[in-house]
Amino acid sequence: MCALCGVLGGAEHWTDAVARPGVFTRNTDAASRRRERISQVAAANRVLKHYRVSLADWQGTAFVLSSATGKTEIVDNLGHLWTAAERLTGKPCDPLDAELITAMERELG
Amino acid sequence: MADTSPDFTPVTLITGFLGSGKTTLLQRLLLDPALYDSAVLLNEFGEIGLDHHLLERIDEKMVMLQSGCVCCSIRGELSAAIKDLHSRRERGLLPPFRRLVIESTGLADPFPILSTVRSDPVLRHHFSLGNVITTVDAVNGARQLAAQPESIKQVAVADRLVLTKTDLTTAEAATRLTKRLRHINPSAPLWHAAEDNLDADALLSGEDHEAWQPPDSNDVVPDKHHRHADDIRTLALSIDEPVDWTRFGVWLTMLLNRHGAALLRVKGILHVADAATPVAVHAVQHLVHTPRHLEGWPDADRRSRLVFIARGLDPAVIERSFRAFSMPQKTKLSVRGGV
Repeated sequence: MCALCGVLGGAEHWTDAVARPGVFTRNTDAASRRRERISQVAAANRVLKHYRVSLADWQGTAFVLSSATGKTEIVDNLGHLWTAAERLTGKPCDPLDAELITAMERELG
Repeated sequence: MADTSPDFTPVTLITGFLGSGKTTLLQRLLLDPALYDSAVLLNEFGEIGLDHHLLERIDEKMVMLQSGCVCCSIRGELSAAIKDLHSRRERGLLPPFRRLVIESTGLADPFPILSTVRSDPVLRHHFSLGNVITTVDAVNGARQLAAQPESIKQVAVADRLVLTKTDLTTAEAATRLTKRLRHINPSAPLWHAAEDNLDADALLSGEDHEAWQPPDSNDVVPDKHHRHADDIRTLALSIDEPVDWTRFGVWLTMLLNRHGAALLRVKGILHVADAATPVAVHAVQHLVHTPRHLEGWPDADRRSRLVFIARGLDPAVIERSFRAFSMPQKTKLSVRGGV
């Protein structure tokens, strides 16, 4: 738990697993961890912008999801991100949605 | 060190429909010296437990969970039983076992059992998921697959398939059933219990991802995406370009959030951009195993390979979505086979 803000550490998620023998993770040292979080925020925002919400890193331990109208929610990891995004937007975030796929394909060029 | 337990004790699940030979397989495996240091947890549905007598090895490392199916009514008991085994091992009341084997009831959905081990706040720090071994009865298997959705799920999530009672049926029937199993799960190695020498190490090894096998092109129908009556469809992708790991993570978490219940299995090895060795990914419904670095590629092929086994989802859409979300740029994908 963080002594200042009282936030409990969350359970390990596979996208940022604790480094141990045999495990693939970028959660290995401070620099790699920070670099990966920046990449995660960028990769998530590439999708989230289609729902008019955005993600930001929060103290390197969580993320803050915000809507255009100022609603915010703290999420522990990418696993929790999508249920929070659906709550905030009131819409299903479906990667198999044909319109979303077309929009993503357009960006790839 | 040989006299201490490993940091994470692998949990092997033996599943398979009623009467498919789970206990016989376990009995056979327990004769192997490699299994000497295994604890065994049996779950039997019914008032009177028999399986532990059939195993002919009653000792303090064998636990019987009775009067309910481990996947639903007694999940708490499963967690408590494993914790008790762990506690007794730590206190020196049990010989240090290096592997836990769970034999589930024939009616059990494997997912809640795996989920218990992976998600329980105590268990997940001491136990890791090993292989799921599914037994299929060569005599009744085809009928069970047609009528029992649980049996399809048991085959779909398997890391190892064991076809039993092949000596009691015709070679043609066994071949037909093998093809059916290959359609549902194209990547799990398959043994014929009656003819093959069952290698306990290969069946139970915690290094299950090392043995990842790409779908054999002879075993899958040439149609790109063929639909079964049960709506189970398989997609096997080979991807030429390295995969963007972060984008892949965003995509897979999003896909599992919305369609986890329908995605019976995702399994593969990825050529991750900037990673020196391949990365094994492995998911059963909403549950994703910790990604593992493999020591090397299983063969000369350096392409990423992914298999999706899904119920009611269009493989062509999954493929398109994967490409749009996970690839850094336009890249060439080839589909090796689909059911």
